[in-house]
Amino acid sequence: MHIHFLDPYRPRNSLVHRLDPRIKLVLAVAFILTNALLPSGAWPFYILLFALILSVEVISDLGMAYVLKRSSLALPFMLAALPLIFTIPGVSLFSFSVGPWQIHASLQGLERFISISIKSWLSVQAAIVLAASTSFPDLLVAMRALYVPQLLVSVFGLMWRYMFVLVDEASRLLRARSARSGQSDLPGARTGGSLSWRARVTGGMAGSLFLRAFERSDRIYMAMVSRGYDGEVRALPLPQVQPTQWVVLVAGLGLLVAFLGLALLVWG
Amino acid sequence: MHHSIEIQNLNYTYPDGTVALRDVTLSIAPGEKVALVGPNGAGKSTLILHLNGILSGKGLVRVCSLEVVKENLGRVRSCVGMVFQSPEDQLFSPTVFDDVAFGPLYQGLPHAEVLQRVDGALEEVHMLSYKPRVSHHLSMGEKKRIAIATVLSMNPEVLILDEPTGGLDPRSRRSLIHLLQELPLTMLVSTHDMRLVREIFPRMIILDEGKVVADGPTLVLMDDAQLLEAHGLERP
Repeated sequence: MHIHFLDPYRPRNSLVHRLDPRIKLVLAVAFILTNALLPSGAWPFYILLFALILSVEVISDLGMAYVLKRSSLALPFMLAALPLIFTIPGVSLFSFSVGPWQIHASLQGLERFISISIKSWLSVQAAIVLAASTSFPDLLVAMRALYVPQLLVSVFGLMWRYMFVLVDEASRLLRARSARSGQSDLPGARTGGSLSWRARVTGGMAGSLFLRAFERSDRIYMAMVSRGYDGEVRALPLPQVQPTQWVVLVAGLGLLVAFLGLALLVWG
Repeated sequence: MHHSIEIQNLNYTYPDGTVALRDVTLSIAPGEKVALVGPNGAGKSTLILHLNGILSGKGLVRVCSLEVVKENLGRVRSCVGMVFQSPEDQLFSPTVFDDVAFGPLYQGLPHAEVLQRVDGALEEVHMLSYKPRVSHHLSMGEKKRIAIATVLSMNPEVLILDEPTGGLDPRSRRSLIHLLQELPLTMLVSTHDMRLVREIFPRMIILDEGKVVADGPTLVLMDDAQLLEAHGLERP
């Protein structure tokens, strides 16, 4: 019994899946950057970007429902932008008072909030498509090719590898606990113990999980050292990017730059 | 007749489509000690996890006269003591005492009774002096004994062990064998240790590819070299 549900990768045989991971990574980052740099209230451009990411989703064969469902991940970020409605000065929409403070909601603030929400939602979708259409090892290779520091890439790699081990370990712990969570014949006995006792048990489990992870990291390090690891991460050279893939890269980047330039011209 | 464990036509398929159990039927009488053997991936662990409802497949599973269904899980789990393969998973509390006390505390037993159960269980595994120790620092053999104590404290009727002698040195293994011989419970033990099977368990069930391929007296089955070889086992 191993845990795979954490892995967002969905193997398909679409054009998006076959695109070189390096190019996918660059395009996804560029998409997110474009999104971030678009002025707030540039609605037509949001629609254009949405159309763009939607078409990628369709081509990728992942299913729009899958991506849109996962994109609810953006919701908490929207929450962080909520105070903007009340902090940006402008045309007052409504106001209310909390104790001694008078709080105004402004039109400009609302516009900024909606813009940020849309932008983060679009960005998250790009990240989801990237993660779902590229296996994690490929992503690591792509990061390496794009000169992300080697050490960071190998930390990501180890994290990916051992996250599943740790989740497995945690679920085995939970299983062992539920196997011993019985009910007594004794009349009047309160099954389950008190809340604070249960919290203490859970705390103990978290602690022992932490200890084990810590010890495991030691063992892993020893295993690496005994195979010659010296702190330097080495890897095989990467294959060349195919000419057709360069075309995709240039076209994609061109499109995004054009969008951004135009938006900044009109709104900036 | 009352059986400690009764399984009829149990089938189980993992969510990813792997068929783990096919039409498993067996019953174990109270006080019987039975070994469950078979190659890796035969479905031994999957079968064991059905006995306290952690997994539930299609078919009938009855333990201590209770059907293993959602409503009975609490009762079932206090009647089935399940010791997992890795004591690391079993021992999740900071100290030995906390771990052995978990089951009784969870059941809401009175404080004095909990203390008494803990002492009793540790006594049974001859580890009474380990009560205040930190489980993290124990040796493998000690951890295995404590892991058994953590379920004995629930006064189970059935003891289920997954690979109890794995990773033990000969002395710890020997003392664990003595311990298993002493305990007067119904036992179902999944193992690869054929010498252990011959020594303690009069009855043996061979599971392969999710099916019960043989179920009978250990001495008879052990003599059938062909049968053993066909299912990836060796004569001790």
